[in-house]
Amino acid sequence: MSKILFASISKKFVMALAGLFLLTFLPVHLIINFMLLRSDPVPFNSAAHFMATFPLIKIFEVVLIAAILIHITYGIILQVANWLARPTGYVSGNKSDTSFFSKFMIWTGASVLTFLVLHFFNFYFVKLGFVQGDPEDFYTLAHKLFKIPAYNYIYLACFILLGFHLYHAFSSAFQTLGLNHRIWTPVVKKAALIYAIAIPAGFAYISVTLWLFR
Amino acid sequence: MNLTLKIWRQKNAEAKGSFETYQMNNVSPEMAFLEMLDALNKRLVEEDREPVAFDHDCREGICGSCGMYINGHPHGPIPAITTCHLSMRYFKDGETIWIEPWRAKPFPVIKDLIVDRSAFDKIQVAGGFISVNTGSAPEANAIRIPKKDSDSAFDAAVCIGCGACVAACKNASAMLFVSAKISQFALQPQGRAEARDRVRAMVTEMDKLGFGSCSNTGACEAECPKQIKLTNIARLNREFYKAF
Repeated sequence: MSKILFASISKKFVMALAGLFLLTFLPVHLIINFMLLRSDPVPFNSAAHFMATFPLIKIFEVVLIAAILIHITYGIILQVANWLARPTGYVSGNKSDTSFFSKFMIWTGASVLTFLVLHFFNFYFVKLGFVQGDPEDFYTLAHKLFKIPAYNYIYLACFILLGFHLYHAFSSAFQTLGLNHRIWTPVVKKAALIYAIAIPAGFAYISVTLWLFR
Repeated sequence: MNLTLKIWRQKNAEAKGSFETYQMNNVSPEMAFLEMLDALNKRLVEEDREPVAFDHDCREGICGSCGMYINGHPHGPIPAITTCHLSMRYFKDGETIWIEPWRAKPFPVIKDLIVDRSAFDKIQVAGGFISVNTGSAPEANAIRIPKKDSDSAFDAAVCIGCGACVAACKNASAMLFVSAKISQFALQPQGRAEARDRVRAMVTEMDKLGFGSCSNTGACEAECPKQIKLTNIARLNREFYKAF
């Protein structure tokens, strides 16, 4: 049984489920972030307070952190195994007609992780009390951060790379779960494209607006 | 045509290999790729040099022996054919052609362009069969199978086990091969009885042999000479989850 539980397909299954769960969180985060565009800090701070204190969201938070850790851990384990499966590469390269973004998932994933660490230091660790700051006023904190050009450069670069990651991840997760269908798979691929553009574009819009127009 | 060949030469499994350059002049565009290699080997033998070792057998695109990696593609740059069906007319005069063996840990190089593909046999032996007594063939219509299912099973069964999927995959994954073998049985009632044990055994063996996992990049499908589809991999995944 342990062979089946830890088979490469099982790992991919868990990774896909964790990834799909993470996909549901991003639109929620984006909707809350749009409140940063309002001049009144109360709606954003109230939403942040609700997210930090509502019991059901607290459970969601634990699942979310677990999903991030599982996704990263299994991603690294599988990637190392994949590298070991081909110790010698091809001199003439690989010119096969493939999904372009799928080739760099570990690297786009690593850039998202780098941003996540930065993001945790800026906000999540403040909430937990590990880093100094006012956890009840993330509105001011966010506005201050978006006035720093370097922060915006990193933010925008990471969200573009997140878009690349999401584009392949969205449809790939369905295939890994065994959900491939003559009619629905092309629909999922189109939805993946829309999602991978809309979500990073939304975050980028907020960043650029607060940086240059406020 | 005048061509420059860069061919991987490796004395044996333990030796450290390297690329050697051969100039081939007056190559006819009507030649098959393997004929061109035959011509090179004839010349090498005449010059009292070691000919290039490469796998080949039927030269009809059905045995799956002639696997080699040509200019960044398994079986060369033309889709849906094996190396033996590759014609020299697909190359340009003056072109440099890189010829490499399949690269994957479970496919170690034996000599030059020949790799040991017995890893595929081991996966097949683990479960790629149905346990029936041999004897006279039963009446063909005794078990009725929908045309759609028998067609899909046949599309999977045309896999010749050449290893191009492994060679093309950035992870050296054997998922397309295994999925084809699983699908050809899973889609037919004769294969259902042992479906659970089969998928567990074949996937376990595949992992044990050191093949990578599937990233759904689609390189295998793009390079498969028999055009085995990625839908088979989704079916393999489903069969595996059902076997829990």
